[in-house]
Amino acid sequence: MGNLETDAAAPFEQSYATTNGNGKPANPAMEEEEDHETLMQRKFSAPAYTEIKTRKNAAKVSSAHRLKNIANGGYHPAKQLHLNGHAKTAVSDREFKSSQADGVLSPEQEHYQKSSFEEVPLHTACLTYLGFYLLMILGYINQLLFVPKVAKEKGRDGYVALYDAFESFYSRYVYRRIRDCWNRPICSVPGDELTLKDRVTNDYGWSFKFTGTQTRCLNLGSYNYLGFASSTGTCADNSEATARQLGLAYCSSRSELGETQLLADLERQTARYFGVEDAIVFGMGFATNALNLPSLLSPGCLVVSDEKNHASIILGLRLSGATIKVFKHNNMRDLDRVLRQAVVYGNPKAGGKPWKKIMIIVEGVFSMEGSIVRLPEVIALKKKYKAYLYLDEAHSVGAMGPNGGGVTDYFRADAKDVDILMGTFTKSFGSAGGYIAGSKKLIDFLRANSHAHCYASSISPPIAQQIYTSMRIIMGEDGTDIGRQKINQLARNARYFRKRLAQIGVITYGHEDSPVVPMLVYLFSKIGAVVRTLTTRHIAVVGAGFPATPIMEGRIRFCLSAAHTKEQLDYALDVIDEISDDFGLKYSRKPKDLNPIEY
Amino acid sequence: MVAIQLFNEIGSIFLNTPTFALVLEALLLLSVIWLVLHKRGSGRRRYTKEEEDYLIEQYEPEPLVTETDPGHPLLRKRLVQSRVGKQIVVDGHDCLNLGSHNYLGLLEDETILEDACKSLRKYGVGSCGPRGFYGTMDVHLELEDRIAKFMGLEEAIVYSYGFSTVASAIPAYAKRGDIVFVDESVNFAIQKGLDASRSTIMFFKHNDVNDLERLLAEQEKRDQKNPKKAAKTRRFLVVEGIYLNTGEICPLPELVELRKKYKLRMFVDESVSFGTLGKTGHGVTEHFNVDLDEIDLISASMEGAMATIGGFCVGSHFIAEHQRLSGLGYIFSASLPPMLAQAAISALDRFEREPKIFAELQEKARLVQQKFGLFSKLILRGNELSPVKHLYLSQSLGENFEAERKLLTEVADKCISRGVAVVEAAYLQNIERKPVRPSLRIAVSRLLDEADVVRAYDIIESVSNEVL
Repeated sequence: MGNLETDAAAPFEQSYATTNGNGKPANPAMEEEEDHETLMQRKFSAPAYTEIKTRKNAAKVSSAHRLKNIANGGYHPAKQLHLNGHAKTAVSDREFKSSQADGVLSPEQEHYQKSSFEEVPLHTACLTYLGFYLLMILGYINQLLFVPKVAKEKGRDGYVALYDAFESFYSRYVYRRIRDCWNRPICSVPGDELTLKDRVTNDYGWSFKFTGTQTRCLNLGSYNYLGFASSTGTCADNSEATARQLGLAYCSSRSELGETQLLADLERQTARYFGVEDAIVFGMGFATNALNLPSLLSPGCLVVSDEKNHASIILGLRLSGATIKVFKHNNMRDLDRVLRQAVVYGNPKAGGKPWKKIMIIVEGVFSMEGSIVRLPEVIALKKKYKAYLYLDEAHSVGAMGPNGGGVTDYFRADAKDVDILMGTFTKSFGSAGGYIAGSKKLIDFLRANSHAHCYASSISPPIAQQIYTSMRIIMGEDGTDIGRQKINQLARNARYFRKRLAQIGVITYGHEDSPVVPMLVYLFSKIGAVVRTLTTRHIAVVGAGFPATPIMEGRIRFCLSAAHTKEQLDYALDVIDEISDDFGLKYSRKPKDLNPIEY
Repeated sequence: MVAIQLFNEIGSIFLNTPTFALVLEALLLLSVIWLVLHKRGSGRRRYTKEEEDYLIEQYEPEPLVTETDPGHPLLRKRLVQSRVGKQIVVDGHDCLNLGSHNYLGLLEDETILEDACKSLRKYGVGSCGPRGFYGTMDVHLELEDRIAKFMGLEEAIVYSYGFSTVASAIPAYAKRGDIVFVDESVNFAIQKGLDASRSTIMFFKHNDVNDLERLLAEQEKRDQKNPKKAAKTRRFLVVEGIYLNTGEICPLPELVELRKKYKLRMFVDESVSFGTLGKTGHGVTEHFNVDLDEIDLISASMEGAMATIGGFCVGSHFIAEHQRLSGLGYIFSASLPPMLAQAAISALDRFEREPKIFAELQEKARLVQQKFGLFSKLILRGNELSPVKHLYLSQSLGENFEAERKLLTEVADKCISRGVAVVEAAYLQNIERKPVRPSLRIAVSRLLDEADVVRAYDIIESVSNEVL
C-alpha cells in the first residue's frame, strides 16, 4: 500500500527505519581512516539512496561521477571534524557589496528587481493537491483497517474527547510519515556544522530509538546568522566568567529582586545599537511579542498585520483584544487599501467612530518566506495614515544592514521612524531573549505596564552576558573588526547561495539579500525525501509543510550563517544540484544565468 | 444497480413532495442568492476620493502610549549587586535574602554551576533554534526523561520560560466553547493562558470547594437543558499546588473528588509546590498522597526550587505529547539554553541524592510561620509548609490598595537598608483579573537558620512599628 503514495515517502520510511548506512560510528577517528571508496560505497548502499537511483537510471552515471568529485575534492562535513570549518577563505573585498539597499531605483522597483517569486507550475499544483489528498485518504484507510497504535487515555471513560478528531488524525497519519524530519536531536554546538544523534524508527514514526551513532552534518538549519553560536572564544569565556560571578539565575522577576547592573548595561547598549533613546530586554523572544503587545493595544485599536507574521505576534494580538486586519504578504497596495478603509470608515463595531490607534505590524525578514519587508514604503504609508509601526526584527537584527542594525540599517531608514523596534537575541546573538527599543516614553510605559517585565523571571546572567559581548563585537567596540567581517561574510554567503540556487534552476522565495532561503519542493512527500537524502549526504536542513505553509507550498529552508565558508556552501550546492535532478526539483522556468557566480 | 435505485429514490422524493413545498424551497433559494449578491456594494456609505482624503487628514489617533508617572513603583529599581543566595547585596546593603524564590538554596550549589559551565563549553550559550529545527539537544531530551522519571509519569515536555509554560499548556487543550473552572487567586501566567484559550472561564472562590461544587451543579443544570452542546464541551479544572499569590495549599483530595464526580480534566500548576512539598519533593500530590493518575497535567516553572530558567509539563504520554504540536510557547520559541537545561538536570540529581533538603525546607517554612505570625502590625498568610508567605497590613485601608502598597514599599526599603531583603509582590493591578491586595511576599530559603529568622523578625517588626 505504501507504494501508492506520492513519490518516495513510503520506501523512505522503511529504509530510514532499517538503515544505518548514513550513520557514522561514534568514534570519528575510525571514519577518517576509511578510504573514500568505502565511504562512497556505504553511501550508495544506503537504501534511501538506492531507491532514487533505480528510479532514475539515466542520471546514474553522470551523477555518480559528479558525486565522486564532490567527495574527493574540497569540503565534506564527515571529514572535517577537527577543522570545525573555521578556516576562512581569504576573499578580496574589492568588489564587495555590503548588505544594503542600492537606493538607485525606487523602493518598489528595487523590491521587484531583487525578490524572487515564481508561480507554481499548474501541473505541479495539481499533483501537490492530489498527493496531499492521497496521503489523507491513505491515512483514513490506515486508521480504519489497522488498529491505531495510539496511546489511550486511562481512567477517563465517558469524558468528552480531549482532542479534535482532525487534529489528531493529521498528526498521527499524515505528519507521522515524515516525523523523523523534525525535532532531530543534536549533541554539539549548532555552529556551521552540527552533530546529529542518529535515531531509527521500527514502527513507521510512532517511536524512535537511538542507534548510538552520530552523524556530522553541515548545518543549514539553525538561526546562527552571525556565527556567534560557539563554545569557545570571547563570548563563551565572558559568559562562563559571569556565570561564576553572578550565578545562573535570580529566581525573581525584574520588578522584585531581578534588576542588575548587567541588564541595565545591556539595555543601554541595545538602545545605542539602534540609535534610539531607550530599550528594555526580556528573557524570551516569544514572550516579548506575546506579553508586550497586550499592554500597547486595547479593544478599539486596529492592527494591520502581515499575513505571514509569526505565531507569537498573533498570540499577543489575541490577548490584546484589538481588532486585527490582515494584508497580503508584503503587498503595499493591499496595505494601503486596508489602511485607507480603516481610517475612512472607522470602527464598524463602534458605529464608525475612528479607531483609537492603528498599528501596522510587520517583520523585518520573514522566516518562512525569506522576504524582506518593504520598509521605506511601509514608513511612508504609516506617516500618511498616522499609524504606528511595530517592526519584529527577530530574523533581521544583526543579519541585515552594513552594520548589522537590521532592516532600518539595510534601507538607511531612520530607526526613529519605527515606533517599536522589537527583536530577539536568539538568532544573530547566539543567546536567548528579546528586546523592545524605541523612545524613552515608550520604554518607560513598558517598564510600568509590560506583563513580562512585571511577572516573568529576569534573564539569566550568562545568557545576558552572551548578548552583551556579541553585541559589542558586532558594533566593533571590542576593538576588532570581527563583527564587521561576520556581517560581510553573511551578506556574501546569502547572495552567493541564492544566485547559485537560481542557476541550478530550483524555485526560491524571498529577497536576494536575505539569509533565509526557502527552496520550494511543493509536494508534502518531497519535503521528507529531500531532508532525509540531504542527511545521508551530511547536510542538515529544515523542511516546512502544511500547516506552517499553505498546503501547496512545501519547502526546504536554508539558513545561512557567517560561519559558513565558500567550500561548505559549494559542497551543499553541488549536492542540492544533484538531488534536484533526482527529485525533479528544478521547477523554475526562468532563464538561467549560466556564467559562473562570483563569490 | 445501486445508482438506479438511488435515482428512483430521489425521483420518488420529488413526487411525494407537495407542490407548495417545492415552490417555497425554490423561493428560499432565490432569496438566499439575492441576499448574497445584494450585500456587495451596499452596506455603508461610499465616499468620494476627496472626501476620503479629507477624512484621512482629519484623523487624529491617540498617542501610542500614555505618559508614565516618573514616580511609578515599577520604574523604581532595586539593584541586585551580588550573586543571589542566602545573602544578597541590594543597593549596596548586604541583606539576608527573604525575597528570591530560591527555596532550596540551589543557586549556591557549586556542583550545579560547574555542570552548567561544562555544558556551556560543549554546546555554547544559545540553542539557535526552536525544538523542531535542530534546537533539540541531548540535554533537553535527558531533562525531559529525568523529570518524567522523577515524577513517575510517562512524559515531560520542557519550555524555555517559566511564564510561557502554563500560559501555553492551557490553550493547547482548552479551546473556544470549552469550560474552565479556575480558582480566583491563580497567578498571572495562568490568567493569560485562560485568556488565550478563549474558553468560558468560571472562577470559584479561593480554595472554596463548596463554591466550586455550586458552579459545577449550575453547569450540570445547563447541560441537562442542552445535552447536545454538553456532549461537545470539554471541562477543565485549573488550580495551583501552592498559590503564588496567597501561599495557601489547594485542597487537592476534595478537588479530585469533584473532578471525578463531574468528569473534569484537572491541571495543577506546581510552580511553587514542585520541589518543596512532599517527602521527596514531588509536590502537592505527594503531600496529600493523591494518586498521580487523578491529575491530567502537572506544570511547573523551573525558576523556583530548581533555581534555573524555564518550565515543564509532565503527565501521561497521551496528554503531554500533544503539546509538542500545539503548545505555542514550545513550538515557536527557541529552546532552553543547554547550560540552563543542564542546571535543571543537576538540580534533579541533588533532589534524588539528598531528599532530606525537602524536610529541611519544610521545617524552615514552619519556623518562619511561627515567628512571622507574631508581628504586631503585619498579618501573615500562607500554609505553614509553604515556602511562599504573604505579609499584609493588619489594619486594612479598605479598597485603597495604592496607599497600602506605598506603606509596604517603605517598610521593604527600610528593611533592606537594615539588612533584610523583603520585597512587596509586584502586580499590574489594572490588568489582574481582580486587584490583588498588596503584600510583602516572603520566600523562605532552606539555608536560613533560627538566628536568621529571629533577626529578620526583629528588623521587620521594628521597621513596621516605625512606619505603620
